[in-house]
Amino acid sequence: MKDMEEGYITEDGRKIGGVVMEMKNITLRFGGVVAIKDISFDIREGEIRAIIGPNGAGKSSMLNVISGFYVPQEGEVWFRGEKRPPMKPFQVARQGIARTFQNIALFEGMTVLDNVMTGRLTHMTTGLFTQAIWKGRAEAEEVENREKAERIIDFLEIQSIRKTPVARLPYGLKKRVELARALVAEPKLLLLDEPMAGMNVEEKEDMSRFILDVNDEFGTTIALIEHDMGVVMDLSDRVVVMDYGKKIGDGTPDEVRSNQDVIDAYLGVSHD
Amino acid sequence: MVETPEGAGGLVSIPALLLRNATTFADKPAYREKEFGIWQAWTWAETEKEIEALALGLLNLGVNAGDFVAIIGHNRPYLYWSMVAAQSVGAVPVPLYQDSGAEEMEYVLSHCGARFVIVSDQEQVDKVIEIQEHLHQFEHLIYLDPRGMRKYDHSHLHQYSHVQDQGRAAYDELFPELERRRSKITYDDICVMLYTSGTTGKPKGVVLSNRNIIETARHSSEFDHLGPGEEVLAYLPMAWVGDFIFSIGQAYWTGFCVNCPESPDTMMIDLREIGPTYYFAPPRIFETQLTNVMIRMEDAGRFKRWLFHYFMQHARKVGPDILDGKPVGALDRFKYRLGDLLVYGPLKNTLGFSRVRIGYTAGEAIGPEIFDFYRSLGINLKQLYGQTEASVFITQQPDGEVRSDTVGVPSPGVEVRIGENGEVYYRGPGVFVEYYKNADSTADTKDPEGWVATGDAGFFEPDTGHLRIIDRAKDVAKMADGSLFAPKYVENKLKFYPNILEAVVFGAGRDRCCAFINIDLAAVGNWAERNNISYSSYQELAGHQKVLDMIQAHVEETNASVAEDEMLSGCQIHRFLVLHKELDADDGELTRTRKVRRKIIGEKFDDLVTALYDGAPSVYTETEVTYEDGRKGKIKATLEIRDARTVPVTTQKVAAE
Repeated sequence: MKDMEEGYITEDGRKIGGVVMEMKNITLRFGGVVAIKDISFDIREGEIRAIIGPNGAGKSSMLNVISGFYVPQEGEVWFRGEKRPPMKPFQVARQGIARTFQNIALFEGMTVLDNVMTGRLTHMTTGLFTQAIWKGRAEAEEVENREKAERIIDFLEIQSIRKTPVARLPYGLKKRVELARALVAEPKLLLLDEPMAGMNVEEKEDMSRFILDVNDEFGTTIALIEHDMGVVMDLSDRVVVMDYGKKIGDGTPDEVRSNQDVIDAYLGVSHD
Repeated sequence: MVETPEGAGGLVSIPALLLRNATTFADKPAYREKEFGIWQAWTWAETEKEIEALALGLLNLGVNAGDFVAIIGHNRPYLYWSMVAAQSVGAVPVPLYQDSGAEEMEYVLSHCGARFVIVSDQEQVDKVIEIQEHLHQFEHLIYLDPRGMRKYDHSHLHQYSHVQDQGRAAYDELFPELERRRSKITYDDICVMLYTSGTTGKPKGVVLSNRNIIETARHSSEFDHLGPGEEVLAYLPMAWVGDFIFSIGQAYWTGFCVNCPESPDTMMIDLREIGPTYYFAPPRIFETQLTNVMIRMEDAGRFKRWLFHYFMQHARKVGPDILDGKPVGALDRFKYRLGDLLVYGPLKNTLGFSRVRIGYTAGEAIGPEIFDFYRSLGINLKQLYGQTEASVFITQQPDGEVRSDTVGVPSPGVEVRIGENGEVYYRGPGVFVEYYKNADSTADTKDPEGWVATGDAGFFEPDTGHLRIIDRAKDVAKMADGSLFAPKYVENKLKFYPNILEAVVFGAGRDRCCAFINIDLAAVGNWAERNNISYSSYQELAGHQKVLDMIQAHVEETNASVAEDEMLSGCQIHRFLVLHKELDADDGELTRTRKVRRKIIGEKFDDLVTALYDGAPSVYTETEVTYEDGRKGKIKATLEIRDARTVPVTTQKVAAE
């Protein structure tokens, strides 16, 4: 069922479309270290796709390849039916890929609203000069972008901290602001690097709910890296499992859970 | 049926008042709500159209006259409209607390047999769906926020805006029916049904008629000279009678504007932006705000701090008198003006109280320092005493006669009398019709002549005619010599000291009063830090000589203040001890809402009570405690018992005038 060309319907009735992103035989090396070794997998439109694996498995490297931060030595990245040439991260962002970071990367001195507004940068077309004068087109653009930002602020329920400098916020809320900044860019593909790391149970539940709501409400395709197995199994439609730079499993949470290689990797079997 | 002037004028229901406002105040804002960072406003004319569309939509879904329509969610204009729309089609709105659990909701919804439920969002939808199979009369669920709702089965589920659209589409067909239903509403029909939270037993549905609500709204608006220019912030639960009176009764009677916060968390920001002219808050909120101010002043620069304390001292001296219109010297007045410019004005602005003309607090006793702080700033904060069964108002304080220890004079139209056991009874136009489907409770509470028992004990001050509430009637007892024993009255006085977290006073049937005191670890710990007192545990701090000295001073001050009260002077505390553990709900010593269970504490610490009364200087005790993970352990301690100075009392003067 999962291999159908035109996508599939999930158990809870969501429609998953065709492939939006395909990684073909990716290999990434740092000098002599092979971080990713000949990995292929795809991401379908509208699905929540998880990448899991033990520490050092190459998950973050994989995400960085998708986001264009790393260029793999071998292999091809296909996005929306086209082979992607080597790109700068801002060019990837313009293609409709947004991300959050494992170690929060917000502008600490700026307010939540200003941080979220920076996520609209790729959608701004007026130049420095027009913006300095501000009246007319630049003003209209700012109003439009502010409305988009406010809708996301409302969606993620962070209205009460709208004018608060990010530095004053607790960790869990910072993560939510980062998600807001990624979402306001209206991405086609959203990359989340350990969205629940360091959170308590309640914050994890909130974050899970927001991820599901984002997927449901905006139809955003989501690829996420996560350590918390419970969360991954509950959230994702399909899971890629990595270990020592290699792909050792790919499938639905149930399939992955019963995969012997995956069990070995997580329980720890000696690598000879 | 008695036709009152309002009845003759046709203003016998909230929908009738709405139609009047839609013409009289057509272009004036009726509701505001902050959404997407901007305050959105609806005029009275627009409000009327919105409510009409929803009412038509409800007719379209088959709401019958007399049906109950439950409304669950936080304060939003749409939900207020739901209540009026339900009334317009002859149904009865039943607002529920949005934080109540599914079981409590199930009880209320099946008790009133609600066929329709209107809720704010997915969270509430889920709760109703969870219990729907137990609800035999339930048919349709209408939700406001479509987020996350797409995958739900929509056969009995409707989006609010779609219901309105369908209503508008069926205008020609259904409008005559809406007209007919609206015109049939009488002054004695049910206006709203509110469930009391019920500290004992199941919640009771208090039925309030149009007469109750409109008469109360009229009297109370006149009492405080409320006009169409008032601005209120609606942030207290919609299921609470006070919100219904302020945000619907008085708002529709006088035509003022109701502002709804962006989200429950943004209330303080929204308060500042709106700057209400008429404001209500429980003591807890005033207390939190004051604490925040004080903490921030501690962090401020030295000059600012000096300025603040200097002018606050002056404000405390003359502020209340200026507010009450009493004579104050010209120099003092000038200094107060200056203070207003430099301190009071900016502070009020930060708190959102710049424009408050009338503020009310009720529900619990408010600490005199907190009360005086706000009054000295020039904020006209007053107290009222009320109940759901009275449509809120029993007594309230008129302008210029405000004190922290009374609750004012009987509200206009309300008669109050004190029963033989000291219990307060009232009668008036706001007195509820009945408890729904509970004739026994109705008969217990309201006698055939319309007098309602409050369950509170109190008395009228002979000089001022103001009512003072001393305690719950069932807690008030007699001491051995027959004088009145009101433990909560004394406990509240003690608890106003920040160092005292809880106090338990004993004395029923005894010759004198004694008390257990619980220190507030945060406050006393802070004090200890500043005074270089080291301690390693709660128990050690609680037993420290200097802490005992401090508490003794508080107890003696309390005694002096209790002694001023002729009736209650017998309640002075002769001996006290500071408990070695914090009273805790997990150990059964407090209720979940943090009220002391005097009887259980008395039994559990029987050895300590005995020691208080047998004159022993100290007592050794072992107490079983439950840790948060459920394990049990024992605390051993030797507690010192202190004698407190009491003020001699000339026993009960014979009233010879």
